[in-house]
Amino acid sequence: MTGLVVVGASLAGVHAAEGLRRAGFDGPIHLVGAESHRPYDRPPLSKDFLTDEQVDENRLVLRPVAEDGALDLTWHLGTRAVALSNDHGNVELSSGETLAADGVVVATGCRPRRLPLSTFEGRDQSDVDGVVSLRTLNDARELRHRLRSADGPVVVCGAGFIGAEVAASARQLGCEVVMVEVADAPLARVLDAEAGMAVVDLHRRHGVDVRLGVGVDHGHTDGGRLTAVTLSDGTELACAVLVVGIGVIPNTEWLEGSGLTVGSGSDDGVLVDDRCRAAPSVVAVGDVARRPHRRFGGTTMRVEQWDNAVAMGGYGAKSLLAALEWRGNDGEGVVVEPFDPVPWFWSDQYDRKIQFAGIATDDPEIVQGSEGDRQFVRAYFGDEDRVLGVLAWNRPRQAIIGRQLIEAGADRATVHDRLG
Amino acid sequence: MKVVVDFDLCESNAVCMGIAPEVFEVRDDDFLYILDEHPGPELHDKVREAVERCPKQAISLEETDA
Ligand SMILES: Cc1cc2nc3c(=O)[nH]c(=O)nc-3n(C[C@H](O)[C@H](O)[C@H](O)COP(=O)(O)OP(=O)(O)OC[C@H]3O[C@@H](n4cnc5c(N)ncnc54)[C@H](O)[C@@H]3O)c2cc1C
Ligand code: SF4
Repeated sequence: MTGLVVVGASLAGVHAAEGLRRAGFDGPIHLVGAESHRPYDRPPLSKDFLTDEQVDENRLVLRPVAEDGALDLTWHLGTRAVALSNDHGNVELSSGETLAADGVVVATGCRPRRLPLSTFEGRDQSDVDGVVSLRTLNDARELRHRLRSADGPVVVCGAGFIGAEVAASARQLGCEVVMVEVADAPLARVLDAEAGMAVVDLHRRHGVDVRLGVGVDHGHTDGGRLTAVTLSDGTELACAVLVVGIGVIPNTEWLEGSGLTVGSGSDDGVLVDDRCRAAPSVVAVGDVARRPHRRFGGTTMRVEQWDNAVAMGGYGAKSLLAALEWRGNDGEGVVVEPFDPVPWFWSDQYDRKIQFAGIATDDPEIVQGSEGDRQFVRAYFGDEDRVLGVLAWNRPRQAIIGRQLIEAGADRATVHDRLG
Repeated sequence: MKVVVDFDLCESNAVCMGIAPEVFEVRDDDFLYILDEHPGPELHDKVREAVERCPKQAISLEETDA
């Protein structure tokens, strides 16, 4: 084999590279990554990296990379893939180089969605001093600096998990924080309205001015620097830092013309089958990949979560080797079962550890505590009273057991029995 | 194999317990307990998976003869 190419040097890509080596693949592996940093972990960027200046950037480096040279990769950092051509056999790079590939792992993740140009009189938000999105280490360095030196209110646009975590971190730093959300309840898409309101209450108790049902319409600048924003209800707010947390867009432009199925809108991302395959010699993993979820009626979803990127990266590696009918030195090949784990994520806000497994449905029920408590567990049921989602506040044990109950297709009575 | 957890990093999210309950347990007091510091060979794969999936990169393994 001439070699394998992993595109995207972050969580999913690095775990794919590690998975290839673990399976015994000892040929060349190219790892291509647009960012120039050694691959690092993102979750701390909205949490302790902002609040605690002691967090050393070296601590963010992903474990498989931090472990001494074990992966033996050919690195192409600070380099983008610009095309997948020649029937998926070539990966073309921004450096002008073309890598020949027997197999390709697509792990290019997502980038933050930006406010429309009309918000800043035709300018892109990145050209306005004081407006930040948070995805990369560079973004986090900038935001950390801005929060510490803010001489006015911080406005967080979008009360999704990243926005909410930034709001919590900014409060911990003593900033005045306004969080605006266009929906009537935040996280209504991920959780349900009631659980979303529990998040709102949490922030209000910590002094965040939360405004629901409004967006940011306009940013006012003075000499290129943001000074205020006008909300969609006409309110004008002074604003030293505007944090834009309005969702993400998968990085799939480089795949145009590749023949892979790349959707848009609510079908965005690279479509893969239940073995993470996008084409006979291509797998896609992590935030960029849209996969079928058998447990949830076969619906296809992208899962923008840490655990998914780790698991899918490792699995995708094996699946690619199986598809290529690769054989190790002992003559053994790789066999994979379909990939369909129950999604799971955590979010830390103030003293709350919020964990969620599965998906939300329109049939939620509290099984322990109540939404106003420091600790509670809420379950979401589907057809035949089967549990499909579990939300746990400061109840990590229950979250993990809940995930297993979803996996097992447990019914309502069992859920009450085990989690109540 | 010896299992070592950096308790300054661990945030008790119980991921490891989900994978290897024979070795890790998060109790209702919200602390992680290591039930078996020297798990037998039949558990090594699970423990390695726990190392991989720990969101805080808090678990490490010291390879020993046993
Ligand atoms: C601030 C923040 C906090 C988070 N907190 C949590 C949390 O608490 N819990 C949780 O479960 N999840 C959390 N997440 C989500 C988690 O970090 C992501 O699910 C994970 O990073 C996805 O990994 P990935 O490798 O698929 O994609 P990404 O991490 O997005 O990496 C993709 C990489 O590919 C590169 N790339 C893009 N295009 C190209 C190209 N054409 N050529 C080469 N390289 C390219 C990008 O530069 C990037 O480095 C958080 C994310 C962020 C940003
Ligand atoms: S998975 Fe990691 S952080 Fe979570 S309880 Fe286990 S050791 Fe601690």
